[in-house]
Amino acid sequence: MTPNLNLWLIPVLPLIGATINGLFGKRFSRQTVSAIALGFSGAAFVRALWILVQASASTLPHIESLAPWIRSGDFQVDFAFYLDQLSLVMLLVVTGVGFLIHIYSVGYMWEESGFYRFFAYLNLFMFFMLTLILASNYLLMFIGWEGVGLASYLLIGFWFTKDSAASAGKKAFIVNRIGDFGFLIALFLMIKHFGSLNFEQVFQSVSGMPTEVAGAGLLTSIGLLLMVGAAGKSAQIPLYVWLPDAMEGPTPVSALIHAATMVTAGVYMVARSHVIFDHAPQALMVVAIVGTLTALFAATIGVCQTDIKKVLAYSTISQLGYMFMACGVAAYSAGIFHLMTHAFFKGLLFLAAGSVIHAVGGEQDMRRMGGLRHHIPWTFWTMTAATFAITGVPLFAGFYSKGEILWRVYSSGNTVLWLIGVLTAFLTSFYMFRLWFMTFFGEYRGETAADHDDDHVHAISSSPTAPAAHGHGGIHESPKIMLIPLVILAVLSIFGGSAGGKRFDKFLSPVLHNHMAVDGADATTPAPEEKEQHGLEILLESVSVLAAAAGLFLAWLLYQRRPQLPQEIAHALGGFYETVVHKYYVDEIYAAVFVKPLIDGSTRILWHGIDQDVIDATLDNSAEGAREVSDAVRHMQSGNLRSYAGWIAAGAAVVIAYMVWMGTR
Amino acid sequence: MVPLSYYLVLSGILFACGVTGFLIKRNIITIFMSIELMLNGVNLSFVAFAAQWHALRGQVFVFFVMVVAAAEAAVGLAIIIAVYRTRETLNVDRVNLLKL
Repeated sequence: MTPNLNLWLIPVLPLIGATINGLFGKRFSRQTVSAIALGFSGAAFVRALWILVQASASTLPHIESLAPWIRSGDFQVDFAFYLDQLSLVMLLVVTGVGFLIHIYSVGYMWEESGFYRFFAYLNLFMFFMLTLILASNYLLMFIGWEGVGLASYLLIGFWFTKDSAASAGKKAFIVNRIGDFGFLIALFLMIKHFGSLNFEQVFQSVSGMPTEVAGAGLLTSIGLLLMVGAAGKSAQIPLYVWLPDAMEGPTPVSALIHAATMVTAGVYMVARSHVIFDHAPQALMVVAIVGTLTALFAATIGVCQTDIKKVLAYSTISQLGYMFMACGVAAYSAGIFHLMTHAFFKGLLFLAAGSVIHAVGGEQDMRRMGGLRHHIPWTFWTMTAATFAITGVPLFAGFYSKGEILWRVYSSGNTVLWLIGVLTAFLTSFYMFRLWFMTFFGEYRGETAADHDDDHVHAISSSPTAPAAHGHGGIHESPKIMLIPLVILAVLSIFGGSAGGKRFDKFLSPVLHNHMAVDGADATTPAPEEKEQHGLEILLESVSVLAAAAGLFLAWLLYQRRPQLPQEIAHALGGFYETVVHKYYVDEIYAAVFVKPLIDGSTRILWHGIDQDVIDATLDNSAEGAREVSDAVRHMQSGNLRSYAGWIAAGAAVVIAYMVWMGTR
Repeated sequence: MVPLSYYLVLSGILFACGVTGFLIKRNIITIFMSIELMLNGVNLSFVAFAAQWHALRGQVFVFFVMVVAAAEAAVGLAIIIAVYRTRETLNVDRVNLLKL
């Protein structure tokens, strides 16, 4: 008998916070708002930790049915929560990183006028994200899925008076809708063929079906449609375009939603649906290819970006590509492992970038930074940890997770994918160290301190949460409340990977047992070969470390040693460089191929044609016709007694004539 | 014996006279008398049929019609007097207060 874990509390706690802050936050002081937001998200984290302790003793998976939702014949969907090792990992990552980012946001957003609104949205996001993770069926998951999309939209467009932020929010929302379309169709297929959306029932039905090795059948279609949904949410080719634009939102939002948690929902969903994918190898192959291509593609764009947040955005897309690559070779645990470490170091990178932006007064262009390491040492060192982690410097978190992914890709026999993965690792290292060198080394290339925007986040010093006052006008370190989360995340980025892929794999094995069966087959192979494999693994890992080192060297050479060289190279590459700088013109192509025809078609056919000429015209004309007819008829009602009598007589005459005519027929 | 059709034609002529008078006359009294004419045209056809078919019902109807007509005359003349007192005219075209 499992103890009552009260899973429902975890998502509901942030919801309470969101409700209080959203409804009454305007009247509260900033201290109260932050206390409520931090209190409820912190409580969710504490609950998650408590569940970790409880659940490891009890038997997983744990199902908790709260209330019936839809009952229709045999089909039923409940408000039910499902906890297993996979959701537990996600739970801890989301509540933990989420809580840290909440803390950071208090400092970062202190000066903003929509302070309460920001925290209401942030808590709302936590609610939906936790619903997504803990759902026990696809429909409840979909609720969370849509909900995080909503929260993402609200937060990207947080500065809604800025046109670019408002349209970035819209773009994110609409692109996600395209993915959701695929997700929904997959759900419909499941209802039609399995008669249920509960994970357990669906997976049980799927397990009984043969693996679709040759032809593409039902499971392949479901898998591909789920992947469409995942590609939308997790910013994979071809639906990644919204994520870079999403950087219009406040930096903590980029860290929480567009790096650490929400965008990984697609990976989580694929891992959750691994039974389906295991039975549809072709769909799985598509996942792997999409992930690999996205990883490479986004990395190349990241190399040429100059906006510090845009680099990180493309890096996020690229790292998500890695996760899908792992899922695509059925190494789900490696994908989830990378998801976790990525949440640490990418969350940290964004927060540190936010701290840098804060320090230089809102400047995001790396060409106007430089030499910041002496001014903001805490930010510098934490960011260094994160950079090392993401590039896969040995013993840092990213080294383990990325190494695990590349190893699993290689050992699954996809050498081409592995090569692209290594190439991407090189590019990752290059653009990350490029960012590192451009931001923290060399001479400061920004405007002089006197021009520093005094309206920027400063009053934090007057708040009781950050008593350390700092002078106006200079490049300055962020307040403590922002630095503490940085430090914690830096520690996690350094040591978070030491859990190790193998141990992680073992922890998740009860959930992902299907592919463990494959592993079991591996285990039966003779020991010496395994040893040989281990040697090979070390060899491969050294290759990726070398790739990372090459990236570091190149970045050092180009941006530290000879800063004028990049210009020359760019010049030499000419058209190709231009293409990459413009992100391969993907936005322009989408605009020309999809958006413009859609807008033109909507304007000409739907608006002018159907709405104005048919619907409006029908109404207008019928109203006009009614008025004309009544205009003609109303003169009958003159108020003249004799004319009334005349009409009666005429009517009677008509009736009599009709009856006579009928009688003589 | 006079054929039925003669009575009916006379009845129709009386009714038509009543209708015409109702439509073309402006004086309320005249209009009132036209209504009586119509009623009597109808009465004539009732009694004609009653005589033709040896049925008493038609004659009974006539009595009812006469009673109603008498009552109507009493009420109608009272209304006409009331109208005259307020409007000081008997021209129906000027009795149009209900018109907007």
